[in-house]
Amino acid sequence: MRIAEAWRVALDALRANRLRSTLTMLGVVIGVGAVVALISIGTGTKRQIEQQVEGLGSNLLLVVPGRLDPGAAPTVSTMTMDDVDAVTRVVGDRSRVAVAISSGETVRAGSRSAFASMQGVLETTPSVFVRRLDRGTYLTRTDIATGRRVAVLGAGTARDLFGDRDPLGRQITIGGVRFRVIGTFERLGQSLGVDRDGEVHVPVTAAQRLLGTDRIDGLAIRAPDRDRIAALGDAVVAALVKRHPDTDFSAVTQEQILGVLGDILGVLTGVLAAIAGISLLVGGVGVSNIMLVLVRERTKEIGLRKAVGARPRDIGVQFLLEAVLLTTIGGVLGMALGVTAALLVDRLTPVPAAITWWSLALAFGVSAAVGIVFGVVPAQRAGRLDPVVALRTE
Amino acid sequence: MTGAPAIVATGVTRVYQLDGVAVPALRGVSLSVEPSDYLAIVGTSGSGKSTLMHLLGALDRPTSGTLLIGGRDVATLGAAEMARLRNETIGFVFQSFQLLARTTARDNVALPLVYRGLGRRERRERAAAMLDRVGLGHRLDHRPNQMSGGEQQRVAIARALVTGPSVLLADEPTGNLDSATGRSVLALLESLNAEGVAVVVVTHDRDVAARAHRRIVMRDGEIVRAEGAP
Repeated sequence: MRIAEAWRVALDALRANRLRSTLTMLGVVIGVGAVVALISIGTGTKRQIEQQVEGLGSNLLLVVPGRLDPGAAPTVSTMTMDDVDAVTRVVGDRSRVAVAISSGETVRAGSRSAFASMQGVLETTPSVFVRRLDRGTYLTRTDIATGRRVAVLGAGTARDLFGDRDPLGRQITIGGVRFRVIGTFERLGQSLGVDRDGEVHVPVTAAQRLLGTDRIDGLAIRAPDRDRIAALGDAVVAALVKRHPDTDFSAVTQEQILGVLGDILGVLTGVLAAIAGISLLVGGVGVSNIMLVLVRERTKEIGLRKAVGARPRDIGVQFLLEAVLLTTIGGVLGMALGVTAALLVDRLTPVPAAITWWSLALAFGVSAAVGIVFGVVPAQRAGRLDPVVALRTE
Repeated sequence: MTGAPAIVATGVTRVYQLDGVAVPALRGVSLSVEPSDYLAIVGTSGSGKSTLMHLLGALDRPTSGTLLIGGRDVATLGAAEMARLRNETIGFVFQSFQLLARTTARDNVALPLVYRGLGRRERRERAAAMLDRVGLGHRLDHRPNQMSGGEQQRVAIARALVTGPSVLLADEPTGNLDSATGRSVLALLESLNAEGVAVVVVTHDRDVAARAHRRIVMRDGEIVRAEGAP
């Protein structure tokens, strides 16, 4: 009953001075809003990357030269097509092995040009990774064997070079060498603000001739099932090390990539949220300040309440509730602000945002906690006021 | 009601510390308030009458001497117990009414019952009954700024009485009222006294003091004269 009265009084007091209450809340509103928005954007980005990595296909092993330790120097690949043949023998199924040699190239078609990532690949790429064609056909085994100059365009590159015209059968040049377009990919969209549709797939043999090398950058294997991924990775790495005794090789799974990316994004989100949390702290100090002013302003009322029987605790609880009410109302408004900001970012920019219940619960809890932490000192001061002095105050 | 005095002060002193200097406000006051007393404490400003009233009302503790309120020695009570003692045995009436603005007459009167832990419904019923008794049954939902000074002081008296205290302490209850209204407020206090509530009026107004059954005159923190009998 006393608590109910305290709520009523607290609400009444906040209502009596709307402008001041609103301004005091503003700090909390902005702090909570920033925390919610940043956590949403961080979570959204993480989910998008997870989906993209998973979208590559399941049971995937990526084999690259060098160690995957953070801080290890990048290793220049020494792998050739002979190594790919050796790996294929280990895997036992050519359709499960994909390779890539990539290079950023300017691709031209008539008077138009586009910068794209040229990928020298095998005909197996669509079956190892999940890639769907929009039009035409993909490279064939014969194309690879003969180094035929045919190309499959990413959706972005196709649009840049041909606009709405059908690119199939048309000529493009890469590094001055002519290729014929035989297919286009479905659109992939963006990842971390990078356009993933700006690519050209050509036979690995043609790419090697164009770049004047016999190396490949790395290879990917789709394991038959999940349980055999680790063993297959070890076998492939062993085969490669046997052929290149001086070089380390690593085989990583999607889970490992996701783990590393997730850790990085988690830290990034945490840091951003902590920075936003500082504004929440500043908002809390504002609440503390206003509560001290309120206690002073209402000293006479405190004196009267004490005279008619309010205990120090009753007065303290009343002012504490008032502070908590201020910050939780601010917290709810801040959540609305943060959710709105996250949705706007999601809709209007390439940056994704995902609103999670736990971030809203966290924001609400934190804003209530801010009220308690920053309300305690003013509330104690109010509770300890000497009733004689308080009554005498004008 | 027993015959035991509601308040007994024996050799009570109160010394304030102002910037490290000891300022005695009361220098050994002995006094008892009987259950149906009508007592006026008279004195000029600085005579110590306000300090005495704060002590009698359990708002403050004496520096030395003993003070029993409702049979309890206030020196042994903590702040929460003092609050409870005030709530149960004392009703305050102030010169400036001390009503909560933005709060209806009924809720103002019900305020002490909040701290007694009564439910809202019972609080409202009791408050309405008490307002009716002081002649403001028709003003339940008015706010202080919608009422005259006399009405506000009646609300304050209703608030002081709603807990059923044994002593009503009135500090210059007519100080902010015109003389006719002041007389009607005093008449109300006297009718309450006739029903068995001890009334202690602190005043410097001779006419107000003259109506009390007993007068205590204070000067420089001491009782210099006591007149009348309970």
